[in-house]
Amino acid sequence: MEQQIKSQNRSCTEAILARYGKAPFFFFFLLRKLKIQICGIKSFASQIAVLIFLLGRPLVLITMPKQQANWSPYDNNGGSCVAIAGADYCVIAADTRMSTGYNILTRDYSKICKLANKCVMASSGFQADVKALQKHLAARHLIYQHQHNKQMSCPAMAQLLSNTLYYKRFFPYYSFNVLGGLDNEGKGCVFTYDAVGSYEKVGYSSQGSGSTLIMPFLDNQLKSPSPLLLPVQDAVTPLAEAEAVDLVKTVFASASERDIYTGDKLEIVVINADGINREYMDLRKD
Amino acid sequence: MFRNQYDTDVTTWSPAGRLFQVEYAMEAVKQGSAAIGLRSKTHIVLGCVNKANSELSSHQKKIFKVDDHIGVAIAGLTADGRVLSRYMRNECINYSFTYESPLPVGRLVVQLADKAQVCTQRSWKRPYGVGLLVAGLDESGAHLYYNCPSGNYFEYQAFAIGSRSQAAKTYLERRFENFSDSSRDDLVKDALMAIRETLQGETLKSSICTVAVVGVGEPFHILEQETVQQMIDAFEIVGEQEGPAAEPDAAAAAGQEAAAADQGGSTEEGVAPMDI
Repeated sequence: MEQQIKSQNRSCTEAILARYGKAPFFFFFLLRKLKIQICGIKSFASQIAVLIFLLGRPLVLITMPKQQANWSPYDNNGGSCVAIAGADYCVIAADTRMSTGYNILTRDYSKICKLANKCVMASSGFQADVKALQKHLAARHLIYQHQHNKQMSCPAMAQLLSNTLYYKRFFPYYSFNVLGGLDNEGKGCVFTYDAVGSYEKVGYSSQGSGSTLIMPFLDNQLKSPSPLLLPVQDAVTPLAEAEAVDLVKTVFASASERDIYTGDKLEIVVINADGINREYMDLRKD
Repeated sequence: MFRNQYDTDVTTWSPAGRLFQVEYAMEAVKQGSAAIGLRSKTHIVLGCVNKANSELSSHQKKIFKVDDHIGVAIAGLTADGRVLSRYMRNECINYSFTYESPLPVGRLVVQLADKAQVCTQRSWKRPYGVGLLVAGLDESGAHLYYNCPSGNYFEYQAFAIGSRSQAAKTYLERRFENFSDSSRDDLVKDALMAIRETLQGETLKSSICTVAVVGVGEPFHILEQETVQQMIDAFEIVGEQEGPAAEPDAAAAAGQEAAAADQGGSTEEGVAPMDI
């Protein structure tokens, strides 16, 4: 019980040694040699203290290695998202695993959010930022509805999302998004984003930790020849809705095999003229 | 009311302790076309008369959706009403963004009333010339409030504002005791009858009135014209016999109509409305 805590009273010399190392002492001896006394002070260590007070910053730069910040405002919760556009439908899918580091936080977290009647967004990355982004877009959509008396179209929402992301260009939403829906003519459209709002209308896309595994496979199955080629070919896939859903299931099953952050359950949302339909499929839990 | 030397500024009191500018603002409300509201335990119905300036023009929008659970009907300067409903929408959106739950109606009307009060105490502002009937549903039930340009607000079982609203108020006073347990459809019917009272003999058509409903399991929405016309047709036949008898005793006799329905809503000549 009687643990004598060693008194922390260090002498001046000890304190300087601990903080700055031996460099100040060499410097002081040099000055001594040259017969320069600091400020008329007699005490050895006090002179060093004054010196350090005057030369503190450059001293630190010379003697101490620079320490990096070890706190980050971001975290990656993993997961993958995919969207495929068809002639009159759009399939958006994401897994439901939320992780941090090598751990799983939950097996049942939805990364998909309905933004408007015919517009759905799937996002992977830092889910706190994703949630904030979704709330922001939902509020903006409400304002739009009040002003224009109608729902926002998918291309309009796509532009809004891009602007919202770029607004935070210098402290970005760590959110990798894929937006899917039907445009004003009822054709499927998919928009893919980076974290700061650069976006493009495409026929299919994937984002997230498994995207490097998924994207090449989608390219193999769905890639259309260049849009610059004549005759003009549609970016949207000629596949039927059921085939596209099957493709998505295959793609996620494969991604779950090799990507540790993808798995548990797959949530598939299909938008077509009849509305929005949701289904689930189990994935590997390891 | 007479023009006098104390009514130029909203920041000038009269010797009798009245702010004439505010009272004149309430007059503006009385000049607007009628709006009525009534509530039961689970539903609130708002109705208004749409009078277009001419046959060539469309009518002004007087009922606004503020949120899924709140709507507002206005009477008076519709421009002021539009601005205030934009403010209300903003407040609702901000509240539900922060708290992930709908803004309680009582809070919204207080904020609205405070906003109106500011305009009665600044020399460079004028009071809002619009009266608002705020209908909302929250955890504590169905509510109907009336917000004055003076910055006062009152909760009502049923109320009517605007021109010829006294006729509607008389009708509502006769029937308000039954409203609590009315079904949704009966409530809408009562609203249409009350609107008809304000028309003073004109035929009630769905083209000259607008009805909106909010209730449990039913987000705020304005009823379609066809639906309204159907309801009118349904009771017109029955109502016609009742109609002439229900015509109100013409004189808006001061004070005595201040029954339990209006918690002090009726105005007596000579008494400052803000006293209520």
